[in-house]
Amino acid sequence: MKYTVNEKGFYGKFGGAYIPEMLYPNVEELRQNYTSIINEPSFQTEFAKLLKDYVGRPTPLYFAQRLSEAYKAKIYLKREDLCHTGAHKINNTIGQILLARRMGKKKIIAETGAGQHGVATATVCALMGMDCTVYMGQLDMDRQRPNVERMRILGAQVVPARSGNMTLKDATNEAMRHWINNPSDTHYIIGSVVGPHPYPDMVTRFQSVISEEIKAQLQEAEGNPFPDYVVACVGGGSNAAGAYYHFLEDEHVNLVGVEAAGKGVDSGESAATTALGKTGVLHGSKTLLMQTEDGQVIEPYSISAGLDYPGIGPLHAHLFDTQRVQFVSATDDDAMQAGIELSRTEGIIPAIESAHAVAALKQLAVDPDDVVVINLSGRGDKDLETYIRWGKY
Amino acid sequence: MSRLKQLFQDKKNNILSVFYTAGFPKLNDTVEIARHLQSGGADIIEIGIPFSDPVADGPTIQASNKVALDNGMTVKLLLEQVKEIRKDVNIPIVLMGYLNPVLQYGFEKFCKEAAANGVDGLILPDMPLDEFNEHKDLTSSLGLDVIFLVSPTTSAERINMIDGLSSGFVYAVSSSSTTGAKKGFTADQEQYFQKLKSANLKNPFLIGFGISDHATFSKASEYGSGAIVGSAFINLLQESSNFGKDISQFVESLKSKS
Repeated sequence: MKYTVNEKGFYGKFGGAYIPEMLYPNVEELRQNYTSIINEPSFQTEFAKLLKDYVGRPTPLYFAQRLSEAYKAKIYLKREDLCHTGAHKINNTIGQILLARRMGKKKIIAETGAGQHGVATATVCALMGMDCTVYMGQLDMDRQRPNVERMRILGAQVVPARSGNMTLKDATNEAMRHWINNPSDTHYIIGSVVGPHPYPDMVTRFQSVISEEIKAQLQEAEGNPFPDYVVACVGGGSNAAGAYYHFLEDEHVNLVGVEAAGKGVDSGESAATTALGKTGVLHGSKTLLMQTEDGQVIEPYSISAGLDYPGIGPLHAHLFDTQRVQFVSATDDDAMQAGIELSRTEGIIPAIESAHAVAALKQLAVDPDDVVVINLSGRGDKDLETYIRWGKY
Repeated sequence: MSRLKQLFQDKKNNILSVFYTAGFPKLNDTVEIARHLQSGGADIIEIGIPFSDPVADGPTIQASNKVALDNGMTVKLLLEQVKEIRKDVNIPIVLMGYLNPVLQYGFEKFCKEAAANGVDGLILPDMPLDEFNEHKDLTSSLGLDVIFLVSPTTSAERINMIDGLSSGFVYAVSSSSTTGAKKGFTADQEQYFQKLKSANLKNPFLIGFGISDHATFSKASEYGSGAIVGSAFINLLQESSNFGKDISQFVESLKSKS
């Protein structure tokens, strides 16, 4: 298994648990328990039931007829945008809250950027009757007002992160500090495949339901479980990890990751980590990181708040390093145009994160017989303001 | 014998280590502050390498990191400042910081230049023990002591492992918290200090986090060989208009009852 985590928490040279001693017991408790709990039949039954009855899984694998005609390939959309709360994020929060309950935790904390993971966390906390605190950068709170109020309606406390540049990276720092200060009764639900081991592996497993379903659905639709391409956007990389997972060892399946180029990869305002990053350590793992020569983390930029992260998960750093995944990027304009195009051709307004994946269609050298699966990770309702401000429709 | 080992051999109690962030409040204050700490009577100087994302730090040290980086502080400049400090400062100097800036500078290069410029010890709180095992021969050949942290939630077995890998001293974090001044110690904290005292560690230990005045300093010194003060000193630097006078008064106020 070339692409799964080893017993020390590494994917090749990336991963590990780079944490101060104050966090060690929390992370170690999780590491010792997560696989055995996830493998318990009662956990699996409860997880599967909630994914089905509450989240609405399996999500459809939709054959996009008109998009296929436009790009001369067989294009399927994996409709994670139809999940309850509007994105794939809830697959992970359901899994982690069930895990937290089995570990006897009483309180939940989370970080959020655009607010999607925060909403997904607040939702499962309401479902389970657990205390929920979400850290969100002050700047993001101002930009994503509706999601702040959604979390509050769901009963969560939203705490502004006012350190640094007051965005996702700083919200993550604040959540880690909260965890250091509240070690025994609190579980930290990280929203992406980042953080110290075992988070990247655990979140990947909870999201792997996406590729599990794609395989079964393609078998039915095409008589073959393997697509030629799987395309997903990568911020931290949770939806991509889930969409790739069951295809990682099948090297004939081309996996494509789409990063946010912002105003252009070389513009100084982008979040294209594989293009611009170097190996470094942030938020507990060694991975590719956008940073200065002196090792200070660079604040990324993307029109999409969900891709606005200076690193990628260590699994993705490894997949980039081994060239198992082809990484491309899409600018703000590419993504916005693709979002409008998908709206007009298929009647689906995608989240701007997911629009980056759609934008990559132009960069693929596909044959008419090729089966392309795009992971449509979220819906565009939350991004209406951004679409309106962009205005070109 | 290293300066740290010599210190702990000569002095068993009331050792005061003072932490401050390099490049704060002004870029070149690093050197002057060190001189005043020595003349004021501090036993160890701990200089923080600023980082953009200091997850283990509370608001005071976070803010000092940001100011230092905005001032243009770099690892390279810090190593030059240490060389300058060493011209007239003889007490042990320890550099403390997050791993990433050190990795980007190059771990080996950093250690070699640090040792050559007069650094005695390193504290890299987010460096995993496994990873340090790969560097152990390098640091010991350079005579650099490497100090690891233990916290109240660290198991007895792990304390022994950390003590085994550390040299110079062990940094005992007083509570499960980020850095910052707190009021006094609880009974649970004192129980944990007692546990460390009774553990017969091969290294002496200093207690840090939440040390801000004579009461907390002397209480910590009842159990450990002394204590580390950080945030309270950063607050002082922030407000001081006369380092010479204020720093010696600060050190004096910690060490003796006013």
